[in-house]
Amino acid sequence: MPPLLEVRALHTEFRTGAGLVRAVDGISYTVEHGETVAIVGESGSGKSVSALSILRLIPNPPGLITGGEILFDGRDLRGLSEAEMREIRGRDIGMVFQEPMTSLNPVLTIARQITETLEQHQGADRQTAERRALELLEMVGIADPKRRLKQYPHQLSGGMRQRVMIAVALACNPKLIIADEPTTALDVTIQAQILELMKSLTHKLGVAQIIITHNLGVVARYASRVNVMYAGRIVEAGSADAIYHNPRHPYTMALLKSVPRLDQPRRARLDPVDGQPPDLTRLDGGCSFRPRCRFAVEQCAAARPPLQPVGEAGHLSACFRSAELSDIRDVAA
Amino acid sequence: MNAPIAERPLLEVRGLAMHFPISEGIVLTRKIGDVKAVDGVDFDIKRGETLGLVGESGCGKTTTGRCILRLEKPTAGEILFDGQDVNRMERRELVALRRRMQVIFQDPYSSLNPRMKVGDIISEPIKVHGVEPDARRRRDKVRDLLSVCGLDPKFADRYPHEMSGGQRQRVGIARALALDPEFIVCDEAVSALDVSIQAQVVNLLEDLRERFGLTYLFIAHDLSVVRHLCQRVAVMYLGRIVEMAASDELFDNPLHPYTQALLSAVPIPDPRVEAGREFRPPRGEVPSPINPPSGCVFHPRCPMAVDGCRQARPVLRELRPRHWVACSEVN
Repeated sequence: MPPLLEVRALHTEFRTGAGLVRAVDGISYTVEHGETVAIVGESGSGKSVSALSILRLIPNPPGLITGGEILFDGRDLRGLSEAEMREIRGRDIGMVFQEPMTSLNPVLTIARQITETLEQHQGADRQTAERRALELLEMVGIADPKRRLKQYPHQLSGGMRQRVMIAVALACNPKLIIADEPTTALDVTIQAQILELMKSLTHKLGVAQIIITHNLGVVARYASRVNVMYAGRIVEAGSADAIYHNPRHPYTMALLKSVPRLDQPRRARLDPVDGQPPDLTRLDGGCSFRPRCRFAVEQCAAARPPLQPVGEAGHLSACFRSAELSDIRDVAA
Repeated sequence: MNAPIAERPLLEVRGLAMHFPISEGIVLTRKIGDVKAVDGVDFDIKRGETLGLVGESGCGKTTTGRCILRLEKPTAGEILFDGQDVNRMERRELVALRRRMQVIFQDPYSSLNPRMKVGDIISEPIKVHGVEPDARRRRDKVRDLLSVCGLDPKFADRYPHEMSGGQRQRVGIARALALDPEFIVCDEAVSALDVSIQAQVVNLLEDLRERFGLTYLFIAHDLSVVRHLCQRVAVMYLGRIVEMAASDELFDNPLHPYTQALLSAVPIPDPRVEAGREFRPPRGEVPSPINPPSGCVFHPRCPMAVDGCRQARPVLRELRPRHWVACSEVN
């Protein structure tokens, strides 16, 4: 079976006052039916823009998808009309965003937020849609769903609003859910509840997921495959186990080493990534991580390292020295 | 009480409570209740120690910090800084106090004045307190502070918007250090930073602690950072401290059911560890601090709750040496 989603050499650019920003600079990855793929990176790495590009939700101007293919279920989403695209959003691809207060409409009742999607995409009549809305609220674990249907978003807590977002995302039985920092605004115990809910529901309903996050713990708990982004590119991709236990890109290695761990006693010092995040308007032709990289050599300034297979199947790294890195790491450790 | 002066903690918080009144009506306003943001909190911080104050939104950790800084006047309780009650201080004493305690805020974007140059931001407290009237020496001091905080002294002539989030947070730290304080409240000081930058700032805070013998109250919701940076940790829930112990002891042997739930909710950045972890997020959500549950405030969500928990408020008991727990069911 072909993958559910195949992104090929996607480019998204923004024209800003400071210059041209290649927010997504030629990324390729796949998502299989029913699997959970994480896109992990820091602010400005392009992880959110890459997801919004799939949905073609990039505001133009200043943004523009300038190249690549987005093959979803056999169709190239870039070739669709805006009307066709509206059909895909919310029906085949559900969305869960970071801030549930701003992504729910404040003047619509919870019932209407859900029934609107059902009426729009499935031509359901009001009564059927309302019955389904009640079912969905029960499914996402909202207590007293009958009362909640009549309320407005501001009457709900942050965790409940995010449950409503999930209900909306799942309303039309999508094949894929794109969750952009779905729990970043929530407290840790509520974060855990929401992630468990998303995990069990997507598993039960066989929905594939793209989780976009900066939280390495969330990735470790929920994703089977991981794409690490830096300065608009995927610098490393592989199974979660390979990424965490055999990282082959200096950025991934540095990132993992820089986070303190709750399950380990206090260390003497953290080992941070040196330097500052890259200025995307001033990237040159070399590797964009080079100025912060402990392993940089002359070659790294001359050309961008391509994403190439390393180690086990499906493990890719964009580093000229990735073959040596596992040895260097052992020596360093 | 009769301990020698040398052993007296730098900061003693006794029975601290901060209730914010809620009123109704526009013309004839009347009080209809209280938000019990902080409701009876006790702890000490020794000189040179870092105490972590953790908990979820609304647990009262930030309000506690603001009361200590006397940015709020508490409803009840005492805050003794170096033996003096902060709440009874006159204006003159307060000015002197503010030189000794400083604060680093969460958001490096909103806590720096965008119209001021970095150098002016850092020298402002020195000017206000009249510490260094000579403008040239003030400039030298600013350059020193910038380099202590890992920034190029040339940054003094830049504006905050020309800097990254991590660099701005270093400016906020330099400003806090400008008056050579003894005690700093770090209120979510690294929470807004990216992972790779966060570790740099955590290391900086540790270096400064050592170099200047600083005492920190480190308020944060990121438990992993707290475990790394703090010697002792207090866990707050709905305005109360539910558990307090040395950092490694608290994280390795949490005794309070809320602490246990909180720790189990934090995902560990290692898929192999995660695969084998038992995971039980606490049920439900944090109740409103306007009408907190009776007895133990955690009882509606607690897996161990018995009838007694509804009635009596559990006191902090020392169940193991220097490990305090407010739960009547744990032994």
